[in-house]
Amino acid sequence: MTHAMDLPAWAAVLTALLVVLGAGLTLLGAIGTLQFGSFFERVHAPTLGTSWGTGAIVLASIVCFSALGLRPVVHELLIGVFITATTPVTLMLLARAALYRDRTEGDANVPPRSLLRSPGGSLSRDRSSDGPGESPSRDPQTPEVRPMTPI
Amino acid sequence: MTANILPWSVTAAQIMLVAAMGCYAYRVVRGPRAQDRVLCLDAMYVSAMLLALTVGIRTGSQVYFEAALILAVLGFVSSVALAKFLMRGEVIE
Amino acid sequence: MNRVLPYPLLTAALLLTWLLLTSFSPGQFLLGAVIAVAASRAMAALQPSKPRLRRWQFIPRLAGIVALDILRSNMAVASIILGGRRRDRVAGFVAIPLDLRDKTGLAVLACIVTSTPGTAWIEYAHDTGVLLIHVLDLVDKDEWIALIKNRYEASLMEIFE
Repeated sequence: MTHAMDLPAWAAVLTALLVVLGAGLTLLGAIGTLQFGSFFERVHAPTLGTSWGTGAIVLASIVCFSALGLRPVVHELLIGVFITATTPVTLMLLARAALYRDRTEGDANVPPRSLLRSPGGSLSRDRSSDGPGESPSRDPQTPEVRPMTPI
Repeated sequence: MTANILPWSVTAAQIMLVAAMGCYAYRVVRGPRAQDRVLCLDAMYVSAMLLALTVGIRTGSQVYFEAALILAVLGFVSSVALAKFLMRGEVIE
Repeated sequence: MNRVLPYPLLTAALLLTWLLLTSFSPGQFLLGAVIAVAASRAMAALQPSKPRLRRWQFIPRLAGIVALDILRSNMAVASIILGGRRRDRVAGFVAIPLDLRDKTGLAVLACIVTSTPGTAWIEYAHDTGVLLIHVLDLVDKDEWIALIKNRYEASLMEIFE
């Protein structure tokens, strides 16, 4: 770690603080996944690491290399942008998969799909989109489990 | 003193990141359900990416940035593939 | 212009990424420009819906608000985790009727909701526009609905619709 001597003091202190902050947030998120009881609570914990955990370490890397090279080095921002844009995709897919699996198993703790039907006129529109083959006597308020796959 | 603060804090950060990966690995092995395992595998990828960045800060080399970028891309693709598999791969309908 | 560059924003972003990953030199600029134009024209074959930015001057303000909110939410979730197994914390689902219909706006809202550690985007019904989120520390459902609608959805509708 010889290059640490070349860093000015302010850059060394700032890098040190940011690195410890980012790693600490990531570790807290990891402890959270051990601590929380259900999957939907656990989804929240890793986002500590992917939001400001990643952000702080990326900033630390930018500060360190910019101070070393005496010119702005910003390509680490690409990692930050990439992580911010991709984490929602992964977590949304995972949450939907978990919801789907819990619903097919009849878990009472997850909200039924009928919760997404807002009260009012939207119900009739949705029923017509189900096709004319549906039984007309079905109560629209009963929680329906619509098959999401053509299996 | 300021010359020593960076090596020490980077070492501390690396220990914390490895501990985080250990927590996630425990969930991947123990995780009650498949979605917990995939979630923590994805988080492990992110932690490994951050570890590569801290190694880059420690050595002052830009090579680790590219390793971190590849880790981020691979982690995203594999997690999406696994999540899609969880959604469609079930035969317990 | 429209024929040569179907997606000018995408082309600019690809060129910037190329320059960041290699170096800012004239040769790399030429190579990156060729690749970016070719890639964005290949993208035209997929025909994604083109995002329209109505009022881009609101974007920096929204980005600032979101960065601060995420920092605050980070601290809140960190204190929940450090506080140990508190029994009085209730996690739960909240259904939010959204008025935002623009696809890009919804994607940005998904990024905001998921990046905030206290909230997770679970499901969105396209036909009714109802969004289901999961909140880690749920005190008042109406407060969360008002927060999402007033704080984020209103700015996103100003930007995209």
